[in-house]
This record gives sequence, structure tokens and C-alpha cells, in this order.
Amino acid sequence: MTPLLAVRGLTKRFGAGCGECLDRTGALRETNRCPRCGAILACREVSFDLYPGEVLGIVGESGSGKSTVVRLLHFDLEPTAGEYRLAVADAAAGGGGRNLFALSPFQRRRIRNEHMGIVYQNPRLGLRLKVSAGGNIAERLLMAGWRHVGRIRERASELLRQTEVPLARMDEPPRNFSGGMQQRVQIAKALSTRPAVLLLDEVTTGLDVSVQAKVLDLLRSLQRELGIATLVVSHDLGVIRLLTSRTIVMRHGEIIEQGLSDQILEDPQHPYTQLLVNSVL
Amino acid sequence: MTRPEPTPSGTAFPGGWRRALEEGASRYSYAFLDESAKREIRRRILKAIALPGCQVPFGSREMPIARGWGTGGLQLTLALIGPEDVLKVIDQGCDDSVNAVNIKKFVGRVAGVRMTTDTRAATLIQTRHRIPEEKLDSGQVLIFQVPIPEPLRLVEPSERETRRMHAEADYSRMWLYLYEDIVRYGEITVGARYPVMVNGRYLMDPSPIPRWDLPRLHRAENLFLFCAGREKRIYAVPPHTDVEPLSFEDFASRVERFPGRSCSRCGAGDSFLDEVIDDARGLRSWVCSDTAFCEKRRTRNAPPAEAPGGSR
Repeated sequence: MTPLLAVRGLTKRFGAGCGECLDRTGALRETNRCPRCGAILACREVSFDLYPGEVLGIVGESGSGKSTVVRLLHFDLEPTAGEYRLAVADAAAGGGGRNLFALSPFQRRRIRNEHMGIVYQNPRLGLRLKVSAGGNIAERLLMAGWRHVGRIRERASELLRQTEVPLARMDEPPRNFSGGMQQRVQIAKALSTRPAVLLLDEVTTGLDVSVQAKVLDLLRSLQRELGIATLVVSHDLGVIRLLTSRTIVMRHGEIIEQGLSDQILEDPQHPYTQLLVNSVL
Repeated sequence: MTRPEPTPSGTAFPGGWRRALEEGASRYSYAFLDESAKREIRRRILKAIALPGCQVPFGSREMPIARGWGTGGLQLTLALIGPEDVLKVIDQGCDDSVNAVNIKKFVGRVAGVRMTTDTRAATLIQTRHRIPEEKLDSGQVLIFQVPIPEPLRLVEPSERETRRMHAEADYSRMWLYLYEDIVRYGEITVGARYPVMVNGRYLMDPSPIPRWDLPRLHRAENLFLFCAGREKRIYAVPPHTDVEPLSFEDFASRVERFPGRSCSRCGAGDSFLDEVIDDARGLRSWVCSDTAFCEKRRTRNAPPAEAPGGSR
């Protein structure tokens, strides 16, 4: 099976760098800050594949580079080095196997809009809080060239129904909504153009436990229905256990262990993963 | 620095200030702007014509009127005008408003051209917020005074960001604004300054002309030039260029309508009308916004059916 999304050697450095940064940082050196020049290597030489319909988890403590990976994949940040291929995007662009990081901002934005959906931890990043919930979904559809208000509203209400947001509040701005509801509007927005890849960046962090459970339930049922390949980033092992089939463990910007989620949670090999699994409350 | 010596008579203008002013005017180049300034503006105009709807920055000069009072349009007029030209200046359709008259006086003094109020007779027309009712032809240039050249300013305050949006043709925020308008009010409430798509590529602010005038921009015979003096931008719509107001398939943009109204002076029922309230009796009446068009009809005393403005 060919991977839907392939990442090779993804590196993001904040700071000028000195040439020795890669040797002086990483999980073995116990730091992501180069002691010589002070540059931060938020993620270093990260490589992985995501297969169609698969749910892949990325777990690690804060500062381990999980969110940086997601932002790089969503083109929110420019990488220092690395290759990024998306099977569906290649087919649409007409040529095989192009590195998406080498494309123009215009092409990248098109690919992002057509093939990717993202849900951020903070709804402020993913939503326009002053624009109505329906408008937030409409924005993505408008970007994709929809020009019929009636059909846009039909699709938006269909998505809001799927994500269990009361339709009566479709034309209200999300700043009036609770945190859980904002998150569900974000999910609806991410799903609006039927993306091939869904990126979930700490979706349940900051929600209370019962709302967390609801959002996770929703994500699981959507996953069952739609079968979108999903990347789940979380520091919460419960979320990883519930949603993912395969997991990557990151520390200091590096992948230190990967494998089936059950295996990693039941029989962790790396000392850090063991610590992580054992420190679950 | 040395101060000028006070003259024995106590005035700095021997021979009177009026004569000094005339002599001063003669010391400027033809049409006030120096030749290098004109060359720069003409180059910018050519670039703007090559990229229909794209805002081209230029070095806006200090003019003897305040920024925001038509300095952009005035600089284009002065850069393009020659002794053979015939100039018409209108302000919201009116030939006789203070602003239009002052600009005409100034250009007349520095360029010595003929003035007209007849739309057909003019070669250059400088306008504020209107397009004349009479159709322009290929020999004429319409120059707009533009207060805010950036159509995306409504949705994005950052210039850096709007430039990126133009570069990537990322106009979804503007579309979203219109969508929200429809959701909230049941129709698009943008009156003047309705955003238009030029040549299928750039979103353009047509300056605050009423929606009524937008169809005249589409595939016109003449050249339209826009200039914002304060914001230092020039843009253009060349002849025969597609200009389409943003509209949804099920919510088309509409022009203003005046059901059952006609001009109380010339009787026209097919021109853009201004509402006038009679102070004494509080009665409303409606008159053509384009005064030259109205006057022409009145003197010809023609029935409304023979209107050259086209039916709408």
C-alpha cells in the first residue's frame, strides 16, 4: 500500500544555527536548544508515513515538537529542511511525487484548502470568532470556489448537524459558544471540503472531562463514517488510546519510538515512553 | 539661510500679489508637474494598464490642494493633459460643485486647455464618485479620484496581508463578508465602492461610484484610470476588459432602482437620480445626478424615450 502522506527528514530550526546544532541536540543530548548558538530545533529529521484511512498519533511532552510538525504539515510554518509528499495532491497537480515544500505559496494554499483540514487546540486559531458559525464553514467552501449561498448553507447545516451543533445557532458567532461547541464548529469547518487528511492538534486539551468525552465520541464516529486519514497530536495518552491505531513518541524534537498504539501503551521500550505511560494518573 | 530683504514699500510683492502669482505660475513647467514627475506617473499608468485592476504604487507629489481632495485624479490629469485636450471635471456628476470648479480653474491656469461640460466633447474627464450617463468612446479617458484604493481594507487592516492576498488571488475573506451580509440582512448591503473582479484576476475598488455605474466599466470602449493621491496608488481598467461585480449565483449584485421616479427637471426616468428636499415645504423631488446630461436633455427638450444613457 502506498502512503497517502509521506514526510522525510522534516527539520525546523528557530534561530540562525551554527552547523553543529544537529549534533548537539536531540533526545540523547536531553535538549532541543543548541548549547553553542542557542538555536531551538523544534523538530529534527522527523520521518513518517500516513496511510489512507489510518489514524496516527503523535504523543510527547510539551516542547517535544508535536505541534510544530502539524503546523509544518499545514504550511503554517516554513520548514528548515525536509520533504513532504501527498499522494492525492500529486494526482491533482498532474505530476507524481513532488515535494510540497518546494511549491509556491499559492499552490500550497490550494492544496491545503482542497486536501487538508485542521483542528487547533485553541479555536481562536481555527475560527473567526466574530463571523457566524455558518460563515466559518462557508469561508472554506468559498475558498474552494462555491458561489451559491443556498448550497453553501445546505452543506454548512449538514456539517453542523453531523458535529451536533444546534442548527438554530448557525448564524451566531462562535464567540458566544462554549469551548466544546467552538471545537465542534472547528471540526465541521475542517471537514467541509471533504479533505483527504485531517490534522488534530490537541483537540481536547482545555475542555472539561465530559465535554472531552463528547468530542472524542464525535471524532470516533466521524472517523468510522468518513474514514479520513487522521493525524492526532496529543499529550494525553487516553486520547491516543481511544483514537489511534499507530503511535509516534517524540521527545526533544525527535522520534524516539513508534509502533502500534496498543503495543506502545502496554509494552513501551524507550525509557521515556515507559515514564510517560507510568505517569498516567 | 538668508531672509528676503523687506522692500521699501513694506510688501514682498512689488507690482501686486496677483501679478506675482501669474509670474510664479509661469515659472512652473507646463501643467504644473515637473517633467520627471510626469514621466514617472506615465510609466506607472502603463504598468497599471498592463495589469488591469492591479494597484501600482507611485510617488504622489505635493499638490496645491489638500490630500483627499482629488490630488490623485489631478496628478493623472496633469500628467496626461496636452494643449489640444478638452477637459471636463465633475464631482458626483455635477460640473459646478466647488471642488470641480477649483480643479478646473487650476488646470486651466497651468495647462491652458479648453474646458467643457459636454461629456461627448471632452477628451479627458476627471470625476469624483460617478461615471457620466452618456457613453464614452475610445478617444476619451475617464480619471477617477479614489479615496481608498484597497478593496480588501474592509476585511483586513494590514497592508502587508492585503498585498499577499492580491498576490495569491486569495479573495475568500471578501466573499465571506458578502456571505455574512446576506445571512444577516437578506441581501448585499454594500452601496458605493462595490468590489469588482477585473479581468478575472484582481479584485478592485471602483472608487465610491454607485452600483448603477458598475455595468459601464464592463467591456467599455474607453480607458478608465484610477488614482489615490493620499494612498499613492494608480490602477486602470483598459478598454474591452471584463469587470464583474462580486455576486453569488443566487444573490446577484443589483443596481439601484428608482421605481416610479423621474427627474423633475428633464423628466429622465433612466438616469441615476439624487433626492432633493425642498426646505420650505419639505417636499421631495428627484433630479439627475449627472447635471450635464440633464441640461442637455432640457435644452433639447427631448422625450425620455430618446435617452442615450441606455435602458436599465
